[in-house]
Amino acid sequence: MSDRDPERPDAKGDAPSEDAAKSPGGDDGAEAGGEAPQEDAAQAEAAAKAKAEAVAQAKAAAAEKARLAREAKAREEAAKPAWERDPATPEWEDADDPLARALKEELGEALLSARTYAGDLTLGVERGAVRELARSLKERHGFRLILDVCGVDYPDRDPRFEVVYHVYDIQTDRRVRFKVEVGEDEEVPSVVSVWRGADWPEREVWDMFGVRFAEHPDMTRILMWEGFEGHPLRKDFPVEGIDTGSAIYPEYYEDEAGPVAGTGTGWKPQPPPTTDE
Amino acid sequence: MTDATDSRQPGDHLFDVEEMELNFGPQHPATHGVLRLKLKIDGERIVGCYPIIGYLHRGTEKLFELHPFFQNVPHTDRMDYVAAATNNLAYVGAVEKLVGLTVPPRADWIRTILCELQRISSHLLWLATHAIDIGAMTPFFYTFREREVILDLFEEYCGARLTLNCMRPGGQPYDLPVGWVEKCRAFCEEFPERIEEYEGLLTENRIWKRRTIGVGVLDPEVALDYGVTGPMLRGSGIGYDVRKARPYAAYDQVEFDVPVRHNGDTYDRYLVRMEEMRQANRIVLQGLEKLPEGPLMAKRPRVMKAPKEGESYYSVEGPKGEIGFYIVGQGKPEPYRCHVRAPSFINLQALPDMVEGALMADLVAVIGTTDIVLGEVDR
Repeated sequence: MSDRDPERPDAKGDAPSEDAAKSPGGDDGAEAGGEAPQEDAAQAEAAAKAKAEAVAQAKAAAAEKARLAREAKAREEAAKPAWERDPATPEWEDADDPLARALKEELGEALLSARTYAGDLTLGVERGAVRELARSLKERHGFRLILDVCGVDYPDRDPRFEVVYHVYDIQTDRRVRFKVEVGEDEEVPSVVSVWRGADWPEREVWDMFGVRFAEHPDMTRILMWEGFEGHPLRKDFPVEGIDTGSAIYPEYYEDEAGPVAGTGTGWKPQPPPTTDE
Repeated sequence: MTDATDSRQPGDHLFDVEEMELNFGPQHPATHGVLRLKLKIDGERIVGCYPIIGYLHRGTEKLFELHPFFQNVPHTDRMDYVAAATNNLAYVGAVEKLVGLTVPPRADWIRTILCELQRISSHLLWLATHAIDIGAMTPFFYTFREREVILDLFEEYCGARLTLNCMRPGGQPYDLPVGWVEKCRAFCEEFPERIEEYEGLLTENRIWKRRTIGVGVLDPEVALDYGVTGPMLRGSGIGYDVRKARPYAAYDQVEFDVPVRHNGDTYDRYLVRMEEMRQANRIVLQGLEKLPEGPLMAKRPRVMKAPKEGESYYSVEGPKGEIGFYIVGQGKPEPYRCHVRAPSFINLQALPDMVEGALMADLVAVIGTTDIVLGEVDR
């Protein structure tokens, strides 16, 4: 804040400086006019020069004052505890990280990006190289604990889905996130052969997003039931749910029976019982 | 008995047997909710186990996408409904990291105290139900006596006993009520004696030892491979604890030990959790001692918007393991995606490994020691 102001005094700095310059300048002019109206040009010029100097001096003084005030304010802001300052929103930065460099050497072009956000290293990887990256992270770099696998749906993007993995190294207490993009009818190589803990989370991604994992030992639904149609966490899946009554399971329910979407309770409201027999 | 023509080997069955399939749950008191296990048994011995979950699936992650950050805190209460405070902290921590908020120290300390009380109450519930599953009725009455006191403390702080909703992104909504610190201290001072009581009932009890030692052994390699965290991992000899590894809230300013045992069986996990309760009690006492004065809430925008494409993963040590939230922002007050790393869900994967080859009667002991909450498994 304070580093740019000496050259460029802002509006706040200008206003008092003009006031300060005007009043002494005005007095000078009145005196000169009263004493000798036929003064030569040189004297007038000197007077003008003196006036300009006074203006410049006053301007500089005001700018200095404003700068000091701003610096003091910045100091005050910096002296404030962190929780009273405005939130410091993190931003994406390119990562200059030994791990990212080592992986880049191993995987070459397949490692698409290495960035950090809020201090977390995030690697982008090509779909085909997921297992290779996983194996390298586990066996060469010590990331032996898989924390999580989850999906994110971006309907406007192509490819549509992102699968996000979090892995952890318990020796150095380091966490790394890596991501792979995958389209609607594509498969991601499963990492269950690397970390068995990826088993259920990958099934959850299939269940919730419809992203299949190749060579997964048991690629079945986990939270929804077998036979359910649709993938609930996709953005185009309605929040109120879908019909799971006779509309899609005619073999289980009689006509118009069973849970119906958008009816609040999930069941179609019944007409009130008639009182007259 | 044996004669020359008998070709049986020792250990062979005396008569023809066939493996039987047995459904265990979803409605069974020992499954702690609606866990269903498809078992394959050979007499009393379990030869195959396939967990089926999802009976309590409520689509919480979908609901997160509908509501602004502040309104999502109550959803987190309802996942691990016996340990709401740690869920709250993991969620608000992820939001704070995403938005870049710094929490005032007093709020950090209050969070630490609440989370440790929550750990004690969750472990007490675990101990009660675990002991009842194995056949010891008495600890249930003892532990619920203390759990009641903790729940009363929660009620006094935030008005709720289980679904606390006691944290907000940026700080704490309320200060501790007058007299709360004294009440909490009185509880903490007598609590170590109470743990002695529970241990007196169980630790050297011959039946308890016979039912738990060597039962449900989880090899450290297997545990790590499955991504198991929390007391389950520490019972197998790996001392990974988020509070020590990446201290959050005020955990870097308190002294505590992380108990680790090496046999990986049900008895060791029992001892780990008992010691954890003592350590949690120690942390609460230090927190009450060091609680600083000051503001409770950070300066935060009236409408909190997460940066577009920003994302954060934040995890805390819950009573059951590492609970983490992965949040993706979209430049709006609602998250674009909010995923929960639920410790029960991940830990439950290791169950088949622990019970295969064990006796039917040990199954309930192993389910108990896994300490699952189905609200969190199914979300």
